[in-house]
Amino acid sequence: MSDDHVYLSLAEGHDDSDARWAFGTGFEDPLHGVDQTVPEGTDSAQLAAFCLALGDDALVSAQRLAQWCTAAPELEEEVALANIGLDLLGQTRLLYARAGQVDGTGRGEDAYAYFRDADDFRNVRLAELPNGDFAFSITRLLVLSSWRLALFERLATTASDPVLAAIAAKGAKELAYHRQYAAEWVVRLGDGTEESQRRTRDALAAIAPYVDELFADDGELRTEVLAVLRQVTDAAGLVLPEVAPVPGHGRDGDRTEHLAPLLAELQSVARAHPEATW
Amino acid sequence: MVTALVSVDSRRAWRIAAQVPDPEMPMLTLADLGVLRGVEIGADGTVVASLTPTYSGCPAMAEMRAEVAARLRDAGFAKVEIRTVLDPPWSTDWITPEGRRNLSEHGIAPPGAAPSGPIKLTLSPTRRTVPCPRCGSADTEETSHFAATSCKALWRCRVCREPFEYVKEI
Repeated sequence: MSDDHVYLSLAEGHDDSDARWAFGTGFEDPLHGVDQTVPEGTDSAQLAAFCLALGDDALVSAQRLAQWCTAAPELEEEVALANIGLDLLGQTRLLYARAGQVDGTGRGEDAYAYFRDADDFRNVRLAELPNGDFAFSITRLLVLSSWRLALFERLATTASDPVLAAIAAKGAKELAYHRQYAAEWVVRLGDGTEESQRRTRDALAAIAPYVDELFADDGELRTEVLAVLRQVTDAAGLVLPEVAPVPGHGRDGDRTEHLAPLLAELQSVARAHPEATW
Repeated sequence: MVTALVSVDSRRAWRIAAQVPDPEMPMLTLADLGVLRGVEIGADGTVVASLTPTYSGCPAMAEMRAEVAARLRDAGFAKVEIRTVLDPPWSTDWITPEGRRNLSEHGIAPPGAAPSGPIKLTLSPTRRTVPCPRCGSADTEETSHFAATSCKALWRCRVCREPFEYVKEI
């Protein structure tokens, strides 16, 4: 044991399969040992693009939630938001790993998270809007988690790719907690003081133009998610206004000006040290 | 005869892997937690241990994987492979009775039955009873749905006044 040098003693006796140590172990695959076969009849390019988009939604959301660290109104809420972000980051890793297996490039999660520019991201734009106040962040979380939960519950039983179906089944359980947390807060804020109600009403108004692109042409998904949102807004004494959607679509690569600065922060260390292993 | 030896070996491999403690709740073994899904020995002697993550973002997964592999290698199994199993997703229902007892004894309330079927949103205050793991009182309340690890919530007992953690059902 070379106790006099902490890095050497950490690195000693650990082969590549030992992914516990932060440095020198290379890429750690969250889908390690999972059967990679793409079922016959499934379009690989389409599957990879879909996994990537769902991963982008989760990564950008996780980063926004992480920005609440040290800034949340109470310690409990900070822990909650960070926990939710961690779940989403876990979903991101699984989805990026699947995309890398399927798109034929064999890229790892870091390549997708750190070495793509804003124009290459395909997340829905609601996820990238700045955090605003607590009311905005919580209301956005309600909308995004309600939508993602409905989508994942469906994918868990209907996705032709068994890996995506398994990721969705697992993620759905987590998203149910996220939605529950956000819904309880929106009711509390809407049904709270004049100030909290005003802020939550403003949040719904700011979010409304970005709701349409969540559903694209999927009427069934729209009906299901809007019914859940109405259940919450009714209890909160609020309304999600019906407004004209913003033009464009995040899934087609249309971005707001807010994604690039978010990515600059997220990617700065990895890009400054492109050969580093974590 | 060879088959008998293989099965003796695979039982031994299971016992070794099963005794690995959970890195975040070390009063539980990976078998108690329901994270260890199987240990098999292939025709070429490779030990294949299957693990399932608790939560997608559980940072303890790498530690679990490494520790199982290290202990199996230390026990003389030269070729060890760890597989990740995602389906079916982990459920707190898989925590063994022994594991639940150990949680209670360490002041952590074990989970109730996991929900099944489509997940409904309930806005009325849910009256879930989580008995205090210290004094047994049912007069307890949730202080935070999220806590130090993904799998736990924070509660407090109104009778003995102790805060405690609760493994939430999933």
